[in-house]
Amino acid sequence: MALLEVDNLHTSYGAIKALRGVSFQLSEGQVISLIGANGAGKTTILNTLSGLLRPTGGRIMFKGQDITGWRADRVAKLGLVQVPEGRQVIATMSVQENLSVGAHLRRDDLADTELERIFSRFPRLSERRMQKAGLLSGGEQQMLVVGRALMMQPELLMLDEPSMGLAPLLVNEVFGIIADIKALGIPILLVEQNARKALQVADYVYVLERGLIVKAGSANDLRKDPQILSAYLG
Amino acid sequence: MDTLLQQVVNAISLGAIYSLFALGYSLVFSILGVLNLAHSAIFMSGAFFGVLAVNQLGTPLWLAFILAMVGAGLLSVTLEFVAFRPLRRRNAPRIAQLISSIGAAILIVNIGQLIFLQQFGRTEAYFPRELVSLDPIIIESLSIRIAPIRMIIVVVSLLLTILMQYLVGRTQIGQHMRAVAFNQQTAALLGINVSRIFVFAFFLAGVFGGAAGMFYGVVFLNVTPFIGEDVALIGLTAIVLGGMGSIQGAVLGGYLVAGLQVISVVLGGSSYRNAVVFLLLFAILLVRPQGLLGQSESTRA
Ligand SMILES: Nc1ncnc2c1ncn2[C@@H]1O[C@H](COP(=O)(O)OP(=O)(O)OP(=O)(O)O)[C@@H](O)[C@H]1O
Ligand SMILES: [Mg+2]
Repeated sequence: MALLEVDNLHTSYGAIKALRGVSFQLSEGQVISLIGANGAGKTTILNTLSGLLRPTGGRIMFKGQDITGWRADRVAKLGLVQVPEGRQVIATMSVQENLSVGAHLRRDDLADTELERIFSRFPRLSERRMQKAGLLSGGEQQMLVVGRALMMQPELLMLDEPSMGLAPLLVNEVFGIIADIKALGIPILLVEQNARKALQVADYVYVLERGLIVKAGSANDLRKDPQILSAYLG
Repeated sequence: MDTLLQQVVNAISLGAIYSLFALGYSLVFSILGVLNLAHSAIFMSGAFFGVLAVNQLGTPLWLAFILAMVGAGLLSVTLEFVAFRPLRRRNAPRIAQLISSIGAAILIVNIGQLIFLQQFGRTEAYFPRELVSLDPIIIESLSIRIAPIRMIIVVVSLLLTILMQYLVGRTQIGQHMRAVAFNQQTAALLGINVSRIFVFAFFLAGVFGGAAGMFYGVVFLNVTPFIGEDVALIGLTAIVLGGMGSIQGAVLGGYLVAGLQVISVVLGGSSYRNAVVFLLLFAILLVRPQGLLGQSESTRA
């Protein structure tokens, strides 16, 4: 059985139907990417999976449990961890506190080890441990929220446009981090507008348009797909 | 006429009460994002539970104090469930929550009136005078006299303030409160049960408001269902002065407002004391709306 099974998911904002029957699966160790234009419904999918939004129909199975309609904190507790769009560091807390604030979800007692591992992976955060997170640059904030999610010992990590608004050098760094996380064996559901980069790191890709999955395939296949080439890699 | 130093001593114990009141007010504001205007009714309930415990149950002062804090804490939690949560669930605008808190304040005062009438035969009750030794502590060299109860109030209020600092700054639940205060969705994604944090914050705020009310009653001896009105404006001024949502700010604001009141009484007589507080509030809103210790709107929790 797959780690995550999404079946015929519908989500609306009032009268606006943002998801109109989305189905996909994700297995252990896999990196799956959702790509699509602005407003396609990518964030809506992640927010529905994480419990920030309630679906109007369909079913979400995670680790064999039906988590449809669960509250967000319970979903996180089960190991389905979302790094939201737009970074969302807790600006009033120090860098170190931002990292430790989700550590209460860990099922092991390796929070301190993980913290040091994150600091050695992100030396710029280590230098600014005691600084308020609101004062970090955009790139540093992105590292921070990814680090914060890792502190929660995720069993599936959902990243919403982690490269958005970053300079090219930092975009490369973010994708380097994603590759590292994949190498740790943590499965990832990656939402990206940077389709070229997403196709390099993902195993499998779903293309979303107006709340529907219109194409699915291995990253290798989609890279050669003429339609994808012109629409997303042009 | 008391000496100026004597006035300062009085101001400190009054400030201790105001700062306890402002602490709870500020805590709920930082979590809720809206002023809970029923907090002054919670204050009244603390004095009420205290006077009830002492007079009708004959409990000692310390036990009455604990009952007052717990009673006010529970009433505050009830407010969260009845007056705020249903509105939040429906994504009601903030102004709706504010109005709801005004309604709740009126309701609590009305219920207070009924219970006062039923228990005491009128809307007034008294703490017995000799609850705490009346012999003042006299410091001859400075020619000041300190009532023992005022001493107790200052010390207990200081201890409670330190406890609040510790809870919010150093414990996990405090960290979770700060996360919820910053952003509820972010907090929820971090595995924090936001509803539970609301309940905890309302309880804590009620405990502090109740403690303040009880002390106020013990100092002035008489308790009515309307004593919340005495502190409603003061508490608001204290938290605006200190910086909305800041713990140190609320404490500082409480003491400053008390000091100002005492000074205005010395200079102009007691009839100006509320006018002066209002002028102060208005001046801060004009000149430094983020308060003395507050950060600008963009970085505030
Ligand atoms: N809070 C909201 N209220 C009403 N409509 C919304 C809301 N959020 C999103 N929508 C609508 O739902 C649709 C999907 O939005 P969503 O944010 O999921 O898109 P997205 O694929 O994440 O886009 P982007 O790449 O710009 O982040 C869009 O039509 C959007 O306008
Ligand atoms: Mg989006």
